[in-house]
Amino acid sequence: MALEELYREVILDHYRNPRHKGRLPGAHFHAEGQNPSCGDEFSLDLAVEDGVIVQVATQGQGCSISQASGSMMADIIKGKTVDQVEEITTKFKLMMDIEEGENPVDPARPGAVLGDLEALQGVRKFPVRIKCADLPWATLADALEEAKAAQ
Amino acid sequence: MNHVRADFPILDRKVNGKRLAYLDSAATTQKPIQVIEAVDDYYRRYNSNVHRGAHTLADEATVAYEGARAKVARFIGAAADELVFTRGTTSSLNMVAYGWGLNRLSPGDRILLTVMEHHANIVPWQLIARHTGAELVYLELTDDYRVDLTNLDRVVDERIKIISMSGMSNVTGAIGSVAELVEVARQIGAVSIVDAAQSVPHLPTDVSTLGADLVAFSAHKMLGPTGIGALWGRREILEEMEPAEGGGEMISDVGLYESKWAPVPHKFEAGTPPIAQAIGFGAAVDYLDKVGMSELRKHEIEITQYALDRLAEVPDLKIVGPQDVAVRGGTVSFELGDVHPHDVATILDQEGVAVRAGHHCAKPLMRYLRVPATARASFYLYTVEEDIDQMVTGLYRARELFGLA
Ligand SMILES: Cc1ncc(COP(=O)(O)O)c(C=O)c1O
Repeated sequence: MALEELYREVILDHYRNPRHKGRLPGAHFHAEGQNPSCGDEFSLDLAVEDGVIVQVATQGQGCSISQASGSMMADIIKGKTVDQVEEITTKFKLMMDIEEGENPVDPARPGAVLGDLEALQGVRKFPVRIKCADLPWATLADALEEAKAAQ
Repeated sequence: MNHVRADFPILDRKVNGKRLAYLDSAATTQKPIQVIEAVDDYYRRYNSNVHRGAHTLADEATVAYEGARAKVARFIGAAADELVFTRGTTSSLNMVAYGWGLNRLSPGDRILLTVMEHHANIVPWQLIARHTGAELVYLELTDDYRVDLTNLDRVVDERIKIISMSGMSNVTGAIGSVAELVEVARQIGAVSIVDAAQSVPHLPTDVSTLGADLVAFSAHKMLGPTGIGALWGRREILEEMEPAEGGGEMISDVGLYESKWAPVPHKFEAGTPPIAQAIGFGAAVDYLDKVGMSELRKHEIEITQYALDRLAEVPDLKIVGPQDVAVRGGTVSFELGDVHPHDVATILDQEGVAVRAGHHCAKPLMRYLRVPATARASFYLYTVEEDIDQMVTGLYRARELFGLA
């Protein structure tokens, strides 16, 4: 049963059809992340105008969890302000038990808080895989750091 | 070979409610009760430092420690005083790189490796190359994952001072071309080194006929404890090699400004060694001797053939390694359609099947083969057909979860 929760259809869909895939010519910010222990890779281009992420492009190679997490992340951050993205990141980390605190997801309203990303909750039952889900977010944090430094 | 399983208590445990099918012996093997008890017995009955005390326990510990050295040496056809205890293959190879390479290589000299090496047989040489100005050169592979020995004369010349090669790949299972490359080394006067981390545990090995100058291996990949391994070396080479570490145990005399080294092998064993681990290593080779390495190899050929046959039934599964069991060991890497190896490993783990996934500390090989990662099942004397069947069931489950109907 736990496996069915881990490999939900929406996760496999993002894994096989990653959104916003590619490079962004003229991106303002770029970051690359790696999990050296498993070899998963993720890279991110952001175009930021007036504090808003107007364009996103990602590239990566790795397991369904890391790549689906990256695709869903790209989806949710596009069009958001840097501040909003930081809030989303916090919610994601709470949901995934990466940060301690209450899970912000509302079971009565699936998808209402973090959209497709909520499908990743099944990963919590597989603690060794949480770092897979986190890879794109760690990469995003690096890119945002640059973005904030540039502001 | 089924009878050996009773000696491995861990094989009785359940993982995720399922029978454990331990298929990760290339990473580390399980330990038989005989090894566990040898370590336990040392701590319970004669725990003491070696070579130091004028008391009964110290004497017993020293006898057991040196006895273990003699056993491990005999296991590979060597004399006891040519066998250095180290922390493992990685530390053996670093010991050679720093103790021999560092002092003998000059700018323009070359170190020949193969692209199928483990990081432990690449990175130390990169460090030494950086220190000395020597260069690294690599042999590539044939279509069936063996070291490509055609056109050797294009790479091989007198500039090569060291040839260091794997006895068996920990990714593809391909057996290395040790005999051929040792001969090349002899012709050009280079030193030949074998990373035998995967070969000594699985293939009968006799250094007296192998022809190599130095051989490195780890106890934990051959039923023994972690934290100990060995470096065998031809006596002349060990005599010439500098100790990479200094301290107690490795000296014959120490003055304020200079010291004299203890004779080989002690000059390479600075500080209190891993005593319990050495004793466990001795018990491990006793166990392997009792089984017999040619019996063990025969079993691994059979179980590997069975695994290759069963895996061939699974749609979309591609073996990354030789198909011919005569030229390979029981380490089988594979890809399953677009199911990433980590996902394969997680799904198999739920079925009680332990496999490794990733780049297996051989990133240059993975890049060369253009596979980002593989799942890897690896066998040993205790592996049975039921383990393979359980894995194949898990692989069908992976197909189902990923909708590969
Ligand atoms: C071929 C090969 N070389 C070297 C090593 C390193 O061995 P250790 O980690 O025991 O030092 C390994 C195992 O990890 C290996 O498979």
